[in-house]
Amino acid sequence: MTKNSIDQYKVRKEPFYQAQGKEVKLYEAAYAARLPVMVKGPTGCGKSRFIEYMAWKLNKPLITVACNEDMTASDLVGRYLLDANGTRWLDGPLTTAARIGAICYLDEIVEARQDTTVVIHPLTDHRRTLPLDKKGELIEAHADFQLVISYNPGYQSLLKDLKQSTKQRFTAFDFDYPEAAVETEILCKETGMDSDLSAKLVKIGTTARNLKGHGLDEGISTRLLVYAATLIKGGVEPRDACRMALVRPITDDADIRDTLDHAIDAVFA
Amino acid sequence: METAVIPEELQTYWERLECGFPRVELVFPECMREALATLSSKGVDAYIEHARFLGKMGRGAEPILIFLEEWPAVAGTLGEDTLPGIMEFIRRMGKSPNGKAITPFLQSLPVTARRLQTREQLSDYLAIALDLMERTTGSVHGIHQTFPSPGLPEMFKRIPVLLAQLSLGGLKNWVDYGVRYYEDHPDRQIDYFSLQSSDSLAVLQRERHGTLLVDNERKLDMYLRGLWRDGDLLIPYSTGFDELRQPIPYYDKLGIRLPDVYSDARGIPGIDRYRAALAHIVGHRRWTAAIFADNFSPFQRMATEFFEDSRVEHLAMREYPGLRRIFMALHPIPDEHACDSEKESGVRHRLTMMSRAILDPNHPYKSPHIIEFAQRFHDFLRQSDSNTQEMADMAISFVAKTRRQSDQLAKTHFKDTVIDYRDDNRHMWKFIEEGDEEEAFDEERKMEPGEEPKGLPPRHYHEWDYNTHSYRPDWVSVYEALHPQGNAADIDRLLAKHAGLAKRLKKMLDLLKPQDKVRIRYQEEGSELDLDIAVRSLIDYKSGATPDPRINMSHRNDGRNIAVMILLDLSESLNEKAAGCDQTILELSQEAVSLLAWAIEKLGDPFAIAGFYSNTRHDVRYLHIKGYSEHWDDEVKGRLAAMEASYSTRMGAAMRHASHYLEKQQADKKLMLILTDGEPADIDSKDGRILIEDARQAVKELDQQGIYTYCINLDPKADEYVADIFGKQYTIIDRVESLPERLPQLFISLTK
Repeated sequence: MTKNSIDQYKVRKEPFYQAQGKEVKLYEAAYAARLPVMVKGPTGCGKSRFIEYMAWKLNKPLITVACNEDMTASDLVGRYLLDANGTRWLDGPLTTAARIGAICYLDEIVEARQDTTVVIHPLTDHRRTLPLDKKGELIEAHADFQLVISYNPGYQSLLKDLKQSTKQRFTAFDFDYPEAAVETEILCKETGMDSDLSAKLVKIGTTARNLKGHGLDEGISTRLLVYAATLIKGGVEPRDACRMALVRPITDDADIRDTLDHAIDAVFA
Repeated sequence: METAVIPEELQTYWERLECGFPRVELVFPECMREALATLSSKGVDAYIEHARFLGKMGRGAEPILIFLEEWPAVAGTLGEDTLPGIMEFIRRMGKSPNGKAITPFLQSLPVTARRLQTREQLSDYLAIALDLMERTTGSVHGIHQTFPSPGLPEMFKRIPVLLAQLSLGGLKNWVDYGVRYYEDHPDRQIDYFSLQSSDSLAVLQRERHGTLLVDNERKLDMYLRGLWRDGDLLIPYSTGFDELRQPIPYYDKLGIRLPDVYSDARGIPGIDRYRAALAHIVGHRRWTAAIFADNFSPFQRMATEFFEDSRVEHLAMREYPGLRRIFMALHPIPDEHACDSEKESGVRHRLTMMSRAILDPNHPYKSPHIIEFAQRFHDFLRQSDSNTQEMADMAISFVAKTRRQSDQLAKTHFKDTVIDYRDDNRHMWKFIEEGDEEEAFDEERKMEPGEEPKGLPPRHYHEWDYNTHSYRPDWVSVYEALHPQGNAADIDRLLAKHAGLAKRLKKMLDLLKPQDKVRIRYQEEGSELDLDIAVRSLIDYKSGATPDPRINMSHRNDGRNIAVMILLDLSESLNEKAAGCDQTILELSQEAVSLLAWAIEKLGDPFAIAGFYSNTRHDVRYLHIKGYSEHWDDEVKGRLAAMEASYSTRMGAAMRHASHYLEKQQADKKLMLILTDGEPADIDSKDGRILIEDARQAVKELDQQGIYTYCINLDPKADEYVADIFGKQYTIIDRVESLPERLPQLFISLTK
């Protein structure tokens, strides 16, 4: 593969990432040993941002695949396509990553069908190979290749869980919404908002997170807080911005909406 | 009897009044002067004229007396031109046998005027009263009205309470309800309209204006959990009927007690008043530590409570600054000079001003003590959260500095000193005496040893009244009990008898069993390539024709996910022999249900069985035969074997009760099968339609909960009503002896 096509997967600009603990060090250690990594945590808490940041820090290409329930093994590995002369093989993202030595990041892996997840098994143990049975080829993974998956255990559905045999091939990081002080800092740095207003937004976020499991499947994520802060920076009145970015997206339940609206009024005196 | 001399200048009016009552003569000059001062000259003329009429009506001196005394004030609030309408109403009362109601009506007029404020409202109110009068005045032969309305005077006597709690729309509904149900029962009617009967109070509660706690429990629960990470049971107490001592919010180990309703006040909606009360209570729960009360005087305790209340609110507002707006609006602002310290005790007044001064930086008070202590309070709180003990110390020094001789007076100044969102602070105090170990043994036992609870307490359900399109609140009491045990072998014998049928059923069941994976072909996007179609497309493509892009296929899971509730009518009529065979309907039902239960168990669907009968609305029995967690085993069979039939069929309540179990089942489809042999009826329901309509309403409610109801009716004449209740969801089985065969088949075809 040409250098050009590898370059397109590189992260060029440093993404903003606020470390919550020792995760940067630990990831570097995992990468040094080329151990597969799993990042767990609720939506919008910074999983993808972390991986992007690590790829930038390690200066490695990053190939991200957003998994969905219609995804099949061939969507990952590659398939034969029909063209005017017959058929032609096209590498899937996983194959590409194994060939060029990229970090392959499978986002929301539980969304993919269970038989799909099995194809990654040979890449994640000592073999580090990827058999393309349809093509009759066995790919040895590039020395720089690493597999990362993300996974949101919050779904709590019997159907949407990883198999033990998959889980036990990974080292794992547990992510959660950051501490209030850290989250405030993130909002300040990401959007340039002052820390007082950021603290208020974080407070509203905490309110919603307290309601998780009582009518809310998931609390207000850091991502939504960033949206709200961006709107406020753009000149929107804070209460309106909060209603629009924090409350309306997460619930259709009138009672919850009412409670969160009240929380907004209570925080912005 | 002494007579007053009518002054010269009022003599002409007195003559026009043509009134001979000495009591009227006594008060006339004063009333007339007030009238002359407030009414227009035309109004004065009307005043005299209508008073004259009331005096001549032959109802004694009361009406004219009350009118003379009250009208000028009423005219001030409502306007003089409302008089003709009021007089017209009095005239109609006078012409009917309801003359006795005139006095209570006139007596209630000032309060009514204050409540209603506008002319339009008054005429609506008169229309309601007139309606009540006309509908409840009795007649013997249907032509002349002969008996007075029993309820009318009672309502006028209660009108202050009613209008304080109801809007006119609510009043109308309340009156309608009373008229409808107690039209031909004078004693009950009096009970209803004098607010003595329980359903009168229940309807009143339902029609109240304001924010009801029951409607907002979930919201407030979330408020506690979301904003405060707290949570407790919210228990309403009634505020409607304690006029003298209004209870105030409090909390104890059982939960947080709040008023059942808050109407909007001072621009704050009821829901925010609840939130303010909860924020205050949570503040105490977080920051207040109980201290010993024994060494404090009552004043010192009161002052400590005020300071501590201010402290927890201050801390709560530190957390959520937006609360300030609500607290500021709800906290009264006593006038600094309102309290006459010579005549009344100003303790509450001073403390409320103190509390206001702490809350409101722009308070209007000039007293140096108040300013000084507000400053001290804020100094304390600036450094830390402070604590209850510090507040107590500050309170003691406040009491010492501001003490007055008059504080001991019995008459306390109360105006503007009630801060109604605060709780009663019972949690703030502990008493040294209470801890004595010996007394701990004397605590009363709720239940004597050896005593067992007798059955579950009843559950109350509404019943639908089709006449008014409204529910009768908590009308039916449902008692649930476990069905007594019988001999399980009987059921096994029944099943053995139908072994042939069972075999046929088994074949049908096997066909029904979930076939998990189903292939869906012709998909543009799919999980796998469908080779046949792909090859065909490729050929099309190569030969230049347009290929079919739908060359994939995918799979779909096809599982059964049905929860079933079988509800059996166990009314007396089941004991009859079925036409054309020598078994009773009850026995046939037993066989049918056994077969059905066996079949459902084979299919693996979760199901429950229950029976019901009723003996008036006060005693609906719901007998539990099989629960969702039980299997089709000997215990269940035993209960089914012991099935007996008695009393009547109040179907709606039983369906509602059954639905609350079915509703909790986790299933895609929920099915309630009702096996009955007749129309809903009960001995206390004269109007046969009511229970049918109620059942129909219950079906609708169930439908909204996502429960599919289906009726299997054994009454050959059921066509007349069953479609009204169940729409198209029913089957009538004419030949009852075929029931054992038909029932499982029906179920299978329903769930195919």
